[in-house]
Amino acid sequence: MEKLNIIQSTFVPLAMENVDTDQIIPARFLKATTRDGFGKNLFRDWRYENNDENQPKADFVLNQPQYAGKILVAGKNFGCGSSREHAAWSLLDYGFKVIVSSFFADIFKNNALNNGVLPVIVSDAFLQKIFQQPNTGTLTISLENQTITIDATGEQDSFEINNYKKTCLINGYDDIDYLISITSEIEEFEHAGNF
Amino acid sequence: MVKSIPHGPSVLYIDKHFIHEVTSPQAFSGIEKRGLKVLRPKQVVATADHNVPTQNQHLPILDQLSRLQVNQLIENCAKHDIELYGLGHPFQGIVHVIGPELGITQPGMTIVCGDSHTSTHGAFGTIAFGIGTSEVEMVFASQCLLQSKPKQMRINIDGVLSRGVVAKDIILYIIAQLTSGGATGYFVEFAGSVIRNLSMEARMTICNMSIEMGAKGGMIAPDQTTFDYLEGRQFAPQGEGWTKKVEEWKGLVTDQDAIFDKEININAADIQPMITYGTNPGLGIAINALVPATEAIADEGERKNLVKALDYMGLSGGNQLLGTPVQHVFIGSCTNSRIEDLRMVANVIKGKKKHEGVQVMIVPGSQQVAKQVYAEGLDKIFTDAGFEIRQAGCSACLGMNEDKIPAGDYCVSTSNRNFEGRQGAGARTLLASPLTAAAVALTGVVTDVRDLMPQP
Repeated sequence: MEKLNIIQSTFVPLAMENVDTDQIIPARFLKATTRDGFGKNLFRDWRYENNDENQPKADFVLNQPQYAGKILVAGKNFGCGSSREHAAWSLLDYGFKVIVSSFFADIFKNNALNNGVLPVIVSDAFLQKIFQQPNTGTLTISLENQTITIDATGEQDSFEINNYKKTCLINGYDDIDYLISITSEIEEFEHAGNF
Repeated sequence: MVKSIPHGPSVLYIDKHFIHEVTSPQAFSGIEKRGLKVLRPKQVVATADHNVPTQNQHLPILDQLSRLQVNQLIENCAKHDIELYGLGHPFQGIVHVIGPELGITQPGMTIVCGDSHTSTHGAFGTIAFGIGTSEVEMVFASQCLLQSKPKQMRINIDGVLSRGVVAKDIILYIIAQLTSGGATGYFVEFAGSVIRNLSMEARMTICNMSIEMGAKGGMIAPDQTTFDYLEGRQFAPQGEGWTKKVEEWKGLVTDQDAIFDKEININAADIQPMITYGTNPGLGIAINALVPATEAIADEGERKNLVKALDYMGLSGGNQLLGTPVQHVFIGSCTNSRIEDLRMVANVIKGKKKHEGVQVMIVPGSQQVAKQVYAEGLDKIFTDAGFEIRQAGCSACLGMNEDKIPAGDYCVSTSNRNFEGRQGAGARTLLASPLTAAAVALTGVVTDVRDLMPQP
């Protein structure tokens, strides 16, 4: 997993609530057996008319050239629904490193963290402030300091993240590295008949 | 729990790990890349459900990518010594139907699966929740997961259920009250006299949809109903082991003085047969109520959501759903494809014919459920009515396999999600109970099942 600490980038505003993982990546694209290449189908049915890449929907934010960047800013309850990790893979493959919202669905949040995509949880008020920024503005996220800043105005919000996960992201570790390192303790637990 | 990391998550030991073809291939290749084997293959159970056709299952799968994915599961299970109930196996079926019906799911277990509806197993007093593929890989490698303790919520449902109201209506009502994100961060216990009086199938329907309000999981304390359901099932403990286990399970109840972070009380009499009108499961109403008018919504975000949802659904706020023509009825999915659900449908339609304008697909959740359908003669009731009986699988719940609803068509579905495109690009889903689905099959329009039932 890639290390992650400070991200400064323009952002893509997706001012919609309850964005479910079926929208992020529809089920018909879950037939792949690798983790790669999902970015081209990210938000597929919101992005294209008639499922045709030659017919981009002009009103969808990913098709609007003024919006770009490594940060996606979305309305509350982002990533609800299915547990498909393909949703996190498609966002990462498309180029997003950070997703900002006022709250995330649990499974999506874990899937993002397990792929080095940082879910940043801000207050509703701060989220609205970001949506009101011009498209040329940048955001700076510091994982170390757990802060997100609107660079044009200097306005800042802090965000919570589990300390263990924070260390993992900064160092590029994943949970499997840790779990494998305690195999003998897991075996002791099994032998004690605790399960 | 194996141990806790100071100021961090705990290491939770996983008793049973269910896997299926869609969310496991990258986890297998992940551990292989690290040079690891599945640590406890005997605690893993596999089936093929999401991607399988529900017709001609004896033939090779037509869709090449689906076939590859299912074949990869077969190869991976063989290589890692994992029991697979694949196509053609008498135990094959939807993962959340087969676990309980085979007695693999037992009270007190920790259970995970790369599928959000793993919450279903909570009906047996288990800690069961859906995980992503990286987590599937973690459980393969270590039989453990790193977890932080969720907040706790209890939902008490007391009183007497009205005529025509079943488990699906209870959970759709709860989600409509709490919204689709209202239980995020919580593990939910369902309690109260109404829950106590429900069958295991009904309890599974309720726990199944806990995720639709964002809950980490849902659970119901085990009781005599649980033990009666499990006794004698294929993988349930037998003989002396059974008696010992039941004694142990009887202790799995919430302490009298337990304090929850949130507690909600629901009067059963307030619940009517429910139906959804929007594009998340929280957008549900009593079947005879009006679809909310957009101008009546004060919150701007919510109003925008509703406008978008109604636009997709081709509905207008302020009107009734009753009488809306419906082109498809889907009876199936991990929410409502168990034998009790199908008996419920049969009772409504027995001796009647479906409406000519509606196509009805009925998909038993497992080979065992299908076998029971034929043993009880329900198949005759269904075929006489003009229903199409399919073979076990997730079918039209998720628009991944061959079973899809065409764009623009309405489908009254006993499944769990009405997201845009969930049942096929452009398809419009109305979630409801098996009773309501049966009523709609007969009339071809959104119908209050109570109008078709004999007067009390």
